[in-house]
Amino acid sequence: MGSDYAIEADDLRRTYRARTGWLRPKRTEVEAVRGVTFTVGRGELFGLLGPNGAGKTTTIKMLNTLLIPTSGTARVCGHDVVEQTKEVRRRIGYVFGGDRGLYDRLSALDNLRYFAELYGVAPREQKRRIAELLELVGLAGRERERVEGYSRGMRQRLHIARGLLHSPDVLFLDEPSIGVDPVAARELRRTVGDLAATGTTVLLTTHYMAEADELCDRIAVIADGEIQALGTPAELRRRADGLRVVEVEAYGVPETAVDALRGLPGVRETAVEVKGALQLLTVHSDAHVDVQGDVLRELAGIRLGRVNSREPTLEDAYVAIVSTA
Amino acid sequence: MRTLRLLTVGTLLHAKQISRSPFEVAIALVVPVVQATLAVYLFRSGGEQHRLLEAAVGAGVMGVWSSVLFGSGGAIQNQRWQGTLEMIMLAPRRPALVILPITIATGVTGTYALLATLVWGRVLYGIRLDFAHPVAFVVAAVVCVIGLGMFGLLLASTFVLMRNANALANTLEYPVWLISGMLVPITVLPAWTTPIAAILPTTWGARALREATSGGPVWPSILLCLGISLVCLVIGALTLTHVERRARAAATLALA
Ligand SMILES: Nc1ncnc2c1ncn2[C@@H]1O[C@H](COP(=O)(O)OP(=O)(O)OP(=O)(O)O)[C@@H](O)[C@H]1O
Ligand SMILES: [Mg+2]
Repeated sequence: MGSDYAIEADDLRRTYRARTGWLRPKRTEVEAVRGVTFTVGRGELFGLLGPNGAGKTTTIKMLNTLLIPTSGTARVCGHDVVEQTKEVRRRIGYVFGGDRGLYDRLSALDNLRYFAELYGVAPREQKRRIAELLELVGLAGRERERVEGYSRGMRQRLHIARGLLHSPDVLFLDEPSIGVDPVAARELRRTVGDLAATGTTVLLTTHYMAEADELCDRIAVIADGEIQALGTPAELRRRADGLRVVEVEAYGVPETAVDALRGLPGVRETAVEVKGALQLLTVHSDAHVDVQGDVLRELAGIRLGRVNSREPTLEDAYVAIVSTA
Repeated sequence: MRTLRLLTVGTLLHAKQISRSPFEVAIALVVPVVQATLAVYLFRSGGEQHRLLEAAVGAGVMGVWSSVLFGSGGAIQNQRWQGTLEMIMLAPRRPALVILPITIATGVTGTYALLATLVWGRVLYGIRLDFAHPVAFVVAAVVCVIGLGMFGLLLASTFVLMRNANALANTLEYPVWLISGMLVPITVLPAWTTPIAAILPTTWGARALREATSGGPVWPSILLCLGISLVCLVIGALTLTHVERRARAAATLALA
């Protein structure tokens, strides 16, 4: 086919207009995506990372024809997503995270049968294909139960089977691992990796950095509707070069102490994560300044657990990129 | 062939999904008994067996109509609430082909009301089920259900364009019962209702069933019902294509 790229997005923008209020309607506008440009090669596994509300889902929905861009153009397998929707839809699969979007009072088998019919899977192939996918997502043997009795992870897996029914060339996965247990998540990663290895193009969004690091050939970090960084996981990690990370486990750190840490010379970023009674302080600093001593001095008198100084990971790079956005 | 398969499988599965709703089950248990009773007490004074059966059939058709009106009118909104609207609209199919099985399914589940009304009429009140043209009755019933499903597509596509579709659905239930002559013969209605009745597929569907029950030409009515329904289908399909594109521009396919 004509195009070398599976996905081409050129200066995509999307503004949501909403009317709120009933008696005195007020018009509000949200610029969800503001000029996103990227390409994904055939067979590539491309990750889209970014904080909540960054515009990841909006970008995906413009690419999979569910939303018409406010401006800009996009092509999937060489077909325009606004003008040639049927051509695009034939070639794509879409899986989103969460437990909605299935017919609850039908069995998994009926759900898959229905969508196989909708997506034009040839009748004689349906049975084999459905059995194969049930096996793949680990629902074989429970396919006759109604979906309303399924756990969240089972529904998620059914979603994935549904998205693969017509063996799409391009697969959009919007947070597919939400609510999936660790073992199943690992299997899911292997499935996605296998698909990409056999030529399927995958566009994936996730909030799990390890997942992105392990799977993606390239990653775009998006925040405030714009791409902030784009490259291979290794390239992104290099963004955090010259960075050193100090992690401190502590109990009952007052807000003032955290502020004091932020003011230390050489410190770039300080984050607090609460884990039960424990607080995990993560301090990013310039690599050539050893801030560990200063940090511990500021926290004097507070009960501390493990203290650890380490090289930055992809997650640290991500935090650095997003926080400067 | 593919299209027919999609319509059949889609209709059956949607009928399954609809008929398993607790709300639907409750209605399905109560309404036919009420309707059979209504039919009997309204017409017992006449004392004529055939009038009784005719009334029971009429009451049954009212059930089909209610099911289509509320089911189809809310079809798109329902899919939106379930989160399935995006998934089905994403299929490489015409929007009408995706929605039509849902609206026909509302007709199919409504047929249960028709059958149940007849059965209760038989069991509780001993109405004899002797139809003048049994075969034609079955054909008429099938055409009536499919026709109402097509009419339902028109309702589905126009109702999503309206803000107060629910209120409209409520106001349409009884007038259509009356005007299409499901309960009383059209001849006793004021003259101005005649042209409205003539363009409603429900009128011809109900008439075909009545003729098959108590004698009459049947087939012309069946054809007219089918013809008008096809026109509804075409208009509904065009509207739906427009609605789909608009929804993609306005981001209303998902539950925002
Ligand atoms: N239908 C809608 N109407 C109005 N605003 C919307 C709509 N959908 C999304 N938005 C807004 O657009 C912005 C981007 O949302 P989007 O869902 O694309 O983010 P996201 O990156 O997918 O976030 P998350 O990680 O939480 O899934 C947000 O500010 C959101 O509130
Ligand atoms: Mg999202």
